[in-house]
Amino acid sequence: MSNFYASIVFLTFVFITLVITFFASKKTKSKDSFYAAGGKISGFQNGLAIAGDYMSAASFLGISGLVFYSGFDGLIYSIGFLVGWPIILFILAEKLKNLGKYTFADATSIRLEPKKTRIIAVFGTLTTVLLYLIAQMVGAGGLIQTLFGLPYDFAVWVVGILMILYVSFGGMIATTWVQIIKAILLLLGASILAFLVLKNYEFSLNNIFSTASEIHSSGNNILFPGQLISDPVSAISLGIALIFGTAGLPHILMRFFTVPNARSARISAAYATGFIGYFYILTFIIGFGAIILLTGSQDYIGSSGNLIGSNNMAAIHLSHAIGGDVFLGFISAVAFATILAVVSGLTLAGASAIGHDLYVYVLNDGKVKEEKEILVSKVSTIVLGVVAIFLGISFEGQNVAFMVGLAFAIAASVNFPILILTITWKGLTTRGAFIGGFVGLLIAVLLVILGPIVWVDILGNEKAIFPYKYPALFSVTMAFFFIILVSKLDKSEKSNKRKKLFEKQFIKSYLNN
Amino acid sequence: MKKKINFDNKDFNELVKKQNFLSFSFTFLILLIYFVFIIIIGFKPNIFSFFLNDSKFTIGIIYGFSIIVFSIFLTIIYVLLANKILDKIRERI
Repeated sequence: MSNFYASIVFLTFVFITLVITFFASKKTKSKDSFYAAGGKISGFQNGLAIAGDYMSAASFLGISGLVFYSGFDGLIYSIGFLVGWPIILFILAEKLKNLGKYTFADATSIRLEPKKTRIIAVFGTLTTVLLYLIAQMVGAGGLIQTLFGLPYDFAVWVVGILMILYVSFGGMIATTWVQIIKAILLLLGASILAFLVLKNYEFSLNNIFSTASEIHSSGNNILFPGQLISDPVSAISLGIALIFGTAGLPHILMRFFTVPNARSARISAAYATGFIGYFYILTFIIGFGAIILLTGSQDYIGSSGNLIGSNNMAAIHLSHAIGGDVFLGFISAVAFATILAVVSGLTLAGASAIGHDLYVYVLNDGKVKEEKEILVSKVSTIVLGVVAIFLGISFEGQNVAFMVGLAFAIAASVNFPILILTITWKGLTTRGAFIGGFVGLLIAVLLVILGPIVWVDILGNEKAIFPYKYPALFSVTMAFFFIILVSKLDKSEKSNKRKKLFEKQFIKSYLNN
Repeated sequence: MKKKINFDNKDFNELVKKQNFLSFSFTFLILLIYFVFIIIIGFKPNIFSFFLNDSKFTIGIIYGFSIIVFSIFLTIIYVLLANKILDKIRERI
């Protein structure tokens, strides 16, 4: 029966979003509207859209599942995901909006040589976007298979085609509204779920913690740090990846260009922080609710002692246990909509990097007619969509969770250092950004391949060459080190001339004039 | 026509000074409380396992929730100060 309710909610969502896309497509005639929704999104709307981009199915289902299995450890992740946000607000959001137009490379290429700067930005963007896309697509296929009983391939195709429609026809306008609607649905669904859990326990978290720790096999251990992060290096490395990675995610950075001015960029970052923080408190309560209501129930726990379906199913099963078929249907549809919205945002960021940064500035020195640029970006959307579908299908059933971690590590080691140093450090040169950025990218990828997840769990070797799961501590440090070192050594005529542009960029970053 | 601004402009210097102070002190605060959290988890996780009074709230859970609430609180303060003080200076410029 839940399939029926889920289908109704989901089809309604698809219908409404396609109608929006249809109207958006009439307005999506210029670069401004395709990449940045014409700068007409308000601070509040953008705050919701950012929260929508950020609250992926992985964070909703993944973190509540993590709390279900290990309690407190789930909170470590949510806090890391959140803390990047105030920092984006304090040091990045306004200046980014003042400097850039459509992509963050617009901001970094004001005083650095445009070509090289865009090349490294395209690499940073596309690797992040593709890794993230694969993880989302595989998650989508698996989730929809479990929830709706549809074949995996079919689910991946549905997600891929809908996202191509939204992005190629509706551009940033449609993508933003899909994101806003989904953010509202997700916040609503998670609020109801947490409310129902709290209601069962007289709105006392204390009761919930005490009941959960009596039921959970780890007892009181679920109330403090456990085994998940057991050494200082991993803890710090994870922290760095989450904070600085967030501040380097291309699809998130792009959102700051959809508002009219720096003041609304500021306001949107503040709203986003509020929504995301609230959401993570909910996932913690939902995870504990799942411990209490699902443990020991044969309807939800398989013979192996794990959740039926996958480790990510805690919130979904809980919605059934607490609200029956109707609520299960609603939450399932929300999860589906969540994936759809997030992949759309990612694809748009990827297509902008190809159309705007690569095609226009790297290949054609900025001399491309507007219609042609939009066409290239739209074709890139379709290509990226099809690539995502095929990658999604070929990675079926494989361990892709590490890919989100790697995407964060790359964003933290490539995009973030270049962006922050462009804004703050006069001494930065193109050569420094280019070489240091690639060093960050290579080290992040290499350390993940040699680390325990890929080298041992996936490739089946006995012992990891790099012992830590998270590379960010090393890759981010090395990126900063090489960017600064190479910049200092760079005494070329060209870079000295470029340094003179810093004053202009500096003033623009504060005033936008 | 926009006025040409350079580094000698008094109002602009005041804006840069105040905005940097606000940005860096707030960033420092949030990084401090977050990395204290992370370092306790990495080096001395036991600190987080004490229960508060007779409740089931551990120091870890209280600290964790506080970070979330504090983050939201700081962003609100930042926006209010920036809207009130910094944007005033911008208008003057």
